[in-house]
Amino acid sequence: MSSAPRTATERTKLPYCHESFHNLQELRHSASLANKVFIQRDYTDGTVCKFQTKFPSELESRIERTLFEDTVKMLNNYYAEAEKIGGQSYLEGCLACLTIYLIFLCIETRYEKVLKKISRYIQEQNEKVYAPRGLLITDPIERGMRVIEISVYEDRGSSGSSSGSSTTSSGR
Amino acid sequence: MSAVMITRKVTRKWEKLPGKNTFCCDGRVMMGRQKGVFYLTLFLIVGTCSLFFAFECPYLAVHLSPAIPVFAVLLFVFVMAMLLRTSFSDPGVLPRALPEEANFIEMEIEAANGNVMAGQRPPPRIKNVQINNQIVKLKYCYTCKIFRPPRASHCSICDNCVDRFDHHCPWVGNCVGKRNYRYFYLFTLSLSLLTIYIFAFNIVHVVLRSVDSGFVNTIKETPGTVLEVLVCFFTLWSVVGLTGFHTYLISLNQTTNEDIKGSWSGKNRVQNPYSHKNIIKNCCEVLCGPTYPSVLDRRGVMLEDLSSPTPSDASAASTHKSSNPVSQTTKSSAPLIPNEHTPDEAKPGIGAGTQKSTSSPKEEKPPSPTSPNAVAPAVIKESSH
Repeated sequence: MSSAPRTATERTKLPYCHESFHNLQELRHSASLANKVFIQRDYTDGTVCKFQTKFPSELESRIERTLFEDTVKMLNNYYAEAEKIGGQSYLEGCLACLTIYLIFLCIETRYEKVLKKISRYIQEQNEKVYAPRGLLITDPIERGMRVIEISVYEDRGSSGSSSGSSTTSSGR
Repeated sequence: MSAVMITRKVTRKWEKLPGKNTFCCDGRVMMGRQKGVFYLTLFLIVGTCSLFFAFECPYLAVHLSPAIPVFAVLLFVFVMAMLLRTSFSDPGVLPRALPEEANFIEMEIEAANGNVMAGQRPPPRIKNVQINNQIVKLKYCYTCKIFRPPRASHCSICDNCVDRFDHHCPWVGNCVGKRNYRYFYLFTLSLSLLTIYIFAFNIVHVVLRSVDSGFVNTIKETPGTVLEVLVCFFTLWSVVGLTGFHTYLISLNQTTNEDIKGSWSGKNRVQNPYSHKNIIKNCCEVLCGPTYPSVLDRRGVMLEDLSSPTPSDASAASTHKSSNPVSQTTKSSAPLIPNEHTPDEAKPGIGAGTQKSTSSPKEEKPPSPTSPNAVAPAVIKESSH
């Protein structure tokens, strides 16, 4: 297809979409966990938090490459924004030092604010994009910011589903 | 969907965390295992400052300026705040891999290694990444079952992998890592200033008083002075030296661990890929960079009652799923099934591969004895569901 479908109705017509998973509640109650895919960190830019955008082979039959890459790129952008070293971070650091870091009892750090944005974004992505396809993204902060864990679900009702294979990944 | 009320005592995640940390205040405070030297540090600082406020300050406030004790109080408060912040905060501990992640990494390693003949030693587990045109080797941690991120290292005293590991400091009773390095540096810097301040004003006080009443009488009137001068004299050399050493490290964006190992010493033309090649930029990054959050959820509630399906969003669902493996994998004591990756064969690989950095910086007093890293012997070879 030339472009990714924009509306939810268009997405449900895709070959990847399992009709039985329309939302997260259904996913939890009528599906069983088949496999987990782990997207590793990309360290080529140093120690900043960035994830690999390489499309894992286990998801080939479950979701379009562009949607997956968009999600990971968006997450990478959020993390880059949180870890940006510039005027605002200097100001925050100096102000905090002058108040012997007691100011963090009252205000949130910029990183914490961005983490909340990330958590909302992941929830939104799960509801709109991933749950209809029988997938679930776990917030990286719950895995020590090491991996993005994507849980692959199989419909308990469907028989002979081809997804959820536990073959080894093809390497880096 | 009605929620089942959990009436049992709430178990927080810190109670089930592997590693040898001590937790206080229901998980709010996190320290290393051996706290004796930390108490000594506290005693020395508080004791010396109390003597200063008791003996010297009244005289100096009257004869010189009341600003002297005021500034001393401010410095003292800053030193204590930085010390407590360094000691009580999470240094940047990386949580251990849950079983599914550990298995996934195992499968990747096996796929990369290909077939190992029976009886042959498997190759050491190393990943190469290119950072700023420099090849950096990521080593596998057998305890935490992860490939350590660059600059992370495993502390054998706390039995944790710590991000941007600097060293384990017995004087603050905690590891110094990504999250608390700037507090540690500010602590050593302010302690140097405080020591110099107290030392200088002790001398000034003795001189001024001796002019009036003679040297022997001065010592008789303020016996604390001798003690303070002694403590300050010995502290001065070590703390000021340590501050200087860390200022040097910060300007080069290096950690103590890297400096001791000689990772970027220039042999074989290796250069520090993390340095911005600009002293100001390096200092700004280390001292004024973003405040990283803790990825170790200490105060999260562990859902003991597994039959209550209350979560209504993805994050709660994954917490629910993760609470089971966390409670099962305490202290990596899961059943061990030996296979080709057993420790006896892998030990030379471990010696070359893993980093168990436990040394304190050179200027410190003798480092506390470090127990050998409790390497998780074998890999759990269970099939992923």
